[in-house]
Amino acid sequence: MDTHEQPVLEVKDLVVRYYVEGSVVEAVNGISFSLYKGKTLGLIGETGAGKTTTALSLLRLVPDPPGVIESGEILYKGKNVLSLPEKEVRQYRGNDVAMIFQDPMSSLNPVMHVGDQIRESIEIHENVSKYEALDRAKRMLESVEIPSSRYYEYPHQFSGGMKQRVVIAMALACSPQVLIADEPTTALDVTIQAQVLDMMRQLIDEYKMSMLMITHDLGVVAEICDFVAIIYAGEIVESGTIEDIFNNTKHPYTIGLFNSLPDLDSPTSRLNAIPGLMPNPSDLPTGCRFHPRCQHATTLCSTEKPHKEDVSATHTVSCWNYKEIERQ
Amino acid sequence: MKGDLTTTKNIKRKQGSVGRQVVRRLLKNKRAMTGIIILLIVILGSIFAPLLTSYGYAEQIPRDYFQFPSKNHLLGTDNFGRDIWSRVLYGGRYTLFIAFTVTFFAALIGTLVGIVAGYFRRLDSVLMRITDIFMGLPQMMFGVSVVAALGPNMRNMMIALTISAIPEFARIVRAQVLTVKDQEFIEAARSIGASDLRIIRHHILPNVSAPIIVQFTLCSVNTILMSASLSFVGMGVQPPAPEWGLMISEGRAYLRDYWHIAILPGVAIMITTLGMNLLGDGLRDALDPRLKQ
Amino acid sequence: MEKTLLEVKNLKKYFSTSAGPLHAVDSISFKLRRGTTLGVVGESGCGKSTLGRLILHLLPVTDGQIFYDGEDITNPNRKKLRLLRRNMQMVFQDPYSSLNPRQTVADIIGEPLVIYKVSESKKDLGIRTRDIMEIVGLPSRYETTYPHELDGGRRQRVGLGRAIALNPQLIVCDEPVSALDVSIQAQILNLLQDLQKQLGLTYLFITHDLSVVKHISDEIMVMYLGVMVEKSPTDDLFKWQLHPYTKALLSAIPQAKLGIKKDRILLRGELSSPINPPNACRFAPRCNYAIDMCYRSNPSLEKVLPDHFVACHRVREINEF
Repeated sequence: MDTHEQPVLEVKDLVVRYYVEGSVVEAVNGISFSLYKGKTLGLIGETGAGKTTTALSLLRLVPDPPGVIESGEILYKGKNVLSLPEKEVRQYRGNDVAMIFQDPMSSLNPVMHVGDQIRESIEIHENVSKYEALDRAKRMLESVEIPSSRYYEYPHQFSGGMKQRVVIAMALACSPQVLIADEPTTALDVTIQAQVLDMMRQLIDEYKMSMLMITHDLGVVAEICDFVAIIYAGEIVESGTIEDIFNNTKHPYTIGLFNSLPDLDSPTSRLNAIPGLMPNPSDLPTGCRFHPRCQHATTLCSTEKPHKEDVSATHTVSCWNYKEIERQ
Repeated sequence: MKGDLTTTKNIKRKQGSVGRQVVRRLLKNKRAMTGIIILLIVILGSIFAPLLTSYGYAEQIPRDYFQFPSKNHLLGTDNFGRDIWSRVLYGGRYTLFIAFTVTFFAALIGTLVGIVAGYFRRLDSVLMRITDIFMGLPQMMFGVSVVAALGPNMRNMMIALTISAIPEFARIVRAQVLTVKDQEFIEAARSIGASDLRIIRHHILPNVSAPIIVQFTLCSVNTILMSASLSFVGMGVQPPAPEWGLMISEGRAYLRDYWHIAILPGVAIMITTLGMNLLGDGLRDALDPRLKQ
Repeated sequence: MEKTLLEVKNLKKYFSTSAGPLHAVDSISFKLRRGTTLGVVGESGCGKSTLGRLILHLLPVTDGQIFYDGEDITNPNRKKLRLLRRNMQMVFQDPYSSLNPRQTVADIIGEPLVIYKVSESKKDLGIRTRDIMEIVGLPSRYETTYPHELDGGRRQRVGLGRAIALNPQLIVCDEPVSALDVSIQAQILNLLQDLQKQLGLTYLFITHDLSVVKHISDEIMVMYLGVMVEKSPTDDLFKWQLHPYTKALLSAIPQAKLGIKKDRILLRGELSSPINPPNACRFAPRCNYAIDMCYRSNPSLEKVLPDHFVACHRVREINEF
């Protein structure tokens, strides 16, 4: 795979903080990653790691107050999204970069026809007649395998999986270059999840989109992503291609995540849980943010933050001791 | 390994009970604090009235009629030579007593009705239709009718006001009970063998208290205004009691020349209700669960 | 062979709706042996949560019987119910709404003890509460904390503490780890297993997550639209899934491994309506193997292999034996 081409979306040293009731929540602490054309990046992290804040920042949707994007750049095709005037940002949202949220019920307006919600998104961004927009909206429904005869139905008449497909149709209606999917299948049953992931993959291939898939599910990542970045306490602790991360895991947190999964193939009597909890983002530990929970931690880890090191041309990790660590 | 290795850093800064959080937020809210201060002034003023004035509220000093505010009479005197400052201070006692008592009983009965309707669902339709009827009656008209039937005095006025304040409480409590009832912790309480009484006392009521508290302040404000109105038309507190509404009524005839007799008690009503409203606003903000981190 | 602690025969729960009776649970039968874990697996709408609540008498039974330790407990009177509740407890799914936000951890865990007047004194209550907290891995300093000050994993520990407070024999776990992060899930699952060994508990473990259920169950039953479609010992189920739905369910799970060429079985369509279902196989509309007969009669559960039960007309043909 060719990583020398220009990324479609590039995030550089993003820092986002929330100022709440006298304390500072360090949600995102210097994140950098890139999205390439036609490729999917999986952003893996648990609750409180900063994934949703990152996603919102890409669309400049971080509520301000109390959130502030302190520093960093988000380059879409070379232009810094963070310094665009408001009018251009609105054009950018939905048209160039679209987002799907986790809970389809709250993304859909309960008193509007589902078809109209798709049509609205087309009408906002493109200069087409009402009829053409209607027509395109119907075709979008068909492309997510919902009969266009259901255009005039309301969200509550659809099941969870179908609602999520409507949301996907809305997001793709303007053929965006980048799709951000924030835990799109977490709320769905596993058989429906399979359907929706399958459909998403087809559409991404067809539209040649780049996707940022935010999830905590390593299985979903294995299915659909080309690249992976693992986020912990607002920082990326490891990133690389999917082979790098799954077959040559280096960071203790990532290894811990893999080990705590109950494996379908091998019988285990006890799971290897990672002790402790994700740190409170308003009170982060010194040095490496993961050191209080890490069995390989040394004194250095508690005082100095590790630099990003190259394991290979595609694989980076932030850990002082990664060379000594092997995943069993 | 049992348990987990947690450093103390992982415990969120101890927030304390919901009650303590609310109080903390209230203290930071400027509006609420202003309201509390105003109310404190009114309350203390009426409690310590004898210390703040040397005149009785019914004491008539014939040579001092119709005096405007002066050194001798801080707020002037009325047509009977009664010191208005005293009357306003003592009148505060009436106002606060009526507001608190009416609201308290309305809250008590209303909560009971709300719980029976919302938790036990028995008589839910019947009870709600009855509350609908009462809420449809203009309060003033209802108050006048009841007092006319029972006789014009403070007690009967309070009865009328209590009855007309119950439905609002009942509705609010019922709505909140319905929401809380569906929460899993209620199911959990049942599964550990809790009786209905226990569930209501420990699980439902504490989680229903927020809207009741807010309604308490709203109801108090309304009661003050209603009691002033009813007394104004003679259907409430009777002379010579220094109830503020009654004072306005008595001063009506002299509005053109001696406006202070009617206006000053009106100002007192305004200040008191302002304090209550500010407190109510502040409480509503402090109790809003969405503001939780 | 351990004794049967819980037995359920033809259990039915129908809810009446304006469109007709909703068959939430339809003729479920099984036996749960003491000290073991029975996993109940299915997706939304299959009736597994309703089943759990029926067993704990949080919902009234429409038809069928429940036996506890050999005794019929289908419709207990108040006194009997009070006794039963000491023996059967539940751990709930949502760590956020299953705890009263106005109670401290000590209050929550101690409440069952207070209700059944287990302690003679406040001091004794405190001691017992702290003991339970220790068993579930909550340091005693959490006694005075409130649920909103805790994360999901710790809240589940509180819920667990509440469930074991009365020393029950049976615990129904309704999706206890579904709302938790992966690393915390592992902690709680380990805790559940430890407690089972320590306290000799029997679990009815309800979940939609096949990998979790494999880890913790001795036997698994798969439900679809209120009906049991397959039941077998855990290892057997993962080796040979015989019902088309179970096959699809298993193949749908995304695995955290590369290089697995998946012949994913994609199911057509959506769940059919549980209201007034026709006398047919509930899974037929979505089944890749459905034939005419499947739409005309409801298959009953039959024993296909030792200890392995399946409800499918074509089970032998599909699996080639």
